[in-house]
Order: sequence, then structure tokens, then C-alpha cells
Amino acid sequence: MAQDASISGQPAAVEGLDGVVADWSGDKQAFPVHWGKAMMWIFLLSDTFIFTCFLTSYMNVRISTTATWPDPSKVFELDIAGHHIPLLLIAIMTMVLITSSGTMALAVNYGYRRDRARTTALMLATAALGASFVSMQAFEWTKLIVHEGVRPWGNPMGAAQFGSAFFMITGFHGLHVSAGVIYLCVIARRVWTGFYDRKGSYATVEVTGLYWHFVDLVWVFIFAFFYLW
Amino acid sequence: MNDVTASETVHEQKGPGTAAHGNTEGQQHPLGIYLWIWALLFVFSTFSYLVDYFQLHGLLRWFLIILFMLVKAGLIVAIFMHMRWERLALKFAILIPPLALLILIGLMAIEGLHTFITRWGAFVR
Repeated sequence: MAQDASISGQPAAVEGLDGVVADWSGDKQAFPVHWGKAMMWIFLLSDTFIFTCFLTSYMNVRISTTATWPDPSKVFELDIAGHHIPLLLIAIMTMVLITSSGTMALAVNYGYRRDRARTTALMLATAALGASFVSMQAFEWTKLIVHEGVRPWGNPMGAAQFGSAFFMITGFHGLHVSAGVIYLCVIARRVWTGFYDRKGSYATVEVTGLYWHFVDLVWVFIFAFFYLW
Repeated sequence: MNDVTASETVHEQKGPGTAAHGNTEGQQHPLGIYLWIWALLFVFSTFSYLVDYFQLHGLLRWFLIILFMLVKAGLIVAIFMHMRWERLALKFAILIPPLALLILIGLMAIEGLHTFITRWGAFVR
């Protein structure tokens, strides 16, 4: 069962550059991995292009505007006990997302160990952290729309493009997190009911993990370019 | 299942880049490595937050932001997403196409600068 010969119908694999040629050459399966994993990677590749297009257009409008760009450090500061703490909520959101990535990585590991209870618990913890991330984002959006008067077409702090870039980029990311929470709950339920034990493979948990880590990965770039730059 | 365990043990011993037997069941690594990477991600996120907290400016700020961002992205992709242990063919298929985006970013930066100069010349000056 462990022999990849059984899936790809090929003898022992070659390493390095020769391996690339051997893997790509005709009449055989190119990637000796679970099909879902290969497909998820290709989906994530396309998603990389989408998010890069958003971030690139943000870069373009930020370079080309003659108005001052609102200082994110000021816009996203929170008042705690009379102190202005820059980017506090964003820092907490970042930590929450990283924590959720950690619990997801552990869930994948326990999945392959056939530990149903721990896998389910860790996946649900991941989903809960994801849901709290979206809630904090909703709080942030409310604060910006209601109290700061930020709109997609303008804002009182400076360059009008700030709002459209912000809502587009963080909105699309938040949509990914929300979809991920639903995805995680569906797969966690299947883990719990023993679906993958009957199927004989926990590879789907790893595929779900890929998606979730990607959501965290995108946030790393948004955090750097939108909030810190 | 014994076969799977055996092949994974070999995999562990041979270290990175040896997913040669194309582990059908998937990737299994010691828990410790995930906890380490998890801790490192917290550390580097704190560093990037501190860049803003201490209000660093100019080239140093941009350099540190990009540095911490790339380190974090690298750790997530390499370890959490297991890319480090995948076959080179899969690594190439996923990691090389995004390099095309660098050209897009370069072109849009030039274009943005051009628009800025045009606007500045026409409306501001």
C-alpha cells in the first residue's frame, strides 16, 4: 500500500533535476501525491495570482495618487485606557490567525495518526479562531465605516483610494477566512463520524490544512503591505 | 498500515527532499517541528509589529517589513504546507509561476510612477 508503484504504475522515483524530467515525461502521473493535494495546490496558485493582482493594484494607486495616503498606524490604532496603541487590533488578529495555523498543523498530524478525537477538536479550534478573526474584522470595518467615515470612494484622512483598496483586499481575505471556517466544520464533522477511517485515508485533512495555511499566508502579505507599509 | 509506517520512518531518516516514494498516505513529521515553527511565527510577527510600534522609518522600515514577511511566508509554505518535503516537480510547478508576478509588479510600479508624475505636472505644480 505504501508503494507508489500502486498509484503511478512507475518503478522507484529518481531524485533532483532528473526527477523533474522523469515526473513530467509522458504517459504517467506527474505528481505522486493525493489528487486532492495537487488540485488544492493548483487552486492556491490561482488564488495567489488573484491576491497579488489586488495588492499590485493597491501599490499602483498608492504610488500614483498625489494626495497623502492615510497613515495606517494612526487609522488602525486603538484607545486602551487613554493610551493610543497603534495597530493593536491588527496585531491581535495576526496572532489569532497564526495560532489557528498552528492548531491546523497539529490537526493534520493527528489525522495521520488516526486520532479522531484530537483531530476533530483541533480542527474545531481552528474554525473557532477563524470565526473570531472574522468577528474582529467586522468590528474593525464597523469602526472604520461608522466612526471614521471611510468609504470606498473617499475618506476624511487623505487619498480616496484608501477605502476601495482596504475594503477590496481585506474583504476578499475575510471571505476566504469565512469560507475556510465552513470548510473546516464540514471536514471536522466527517473526521468525527469516522468517514476517513472507512475511506482509509486522512489526506483530506491535509488538503484542508493547505487551504487554511494559505489564508494565513495571504494575511502575512496584507499585514506587511497594507498595515505596516 | 505497517507499510506506511515503515516508509515514513525511512522518509524521516533520509531528511528533506526525500518524499521520493511519493507517500500516498501523506506527510507525517514529529510534532516538535510544528511547535517550533509556530513559536518562530509568533516571534517574527512580534518583530514586524515592533517595527511599527517603534515607528521606524525609511529604508530600514521597508527592509525589516519585507524581511520578516518573507521569513514568515517561507516558514508557512515550507513547513506547515509541507512544501519542503514535496517532490521537486511539484515545487517547481507551484513556486515558479508566481515569479511572473514580479514582472507585473515591476510594470505597475513604473506605470504608477508615470501617472504620479503626469498628475503632479498637470494638477499640482
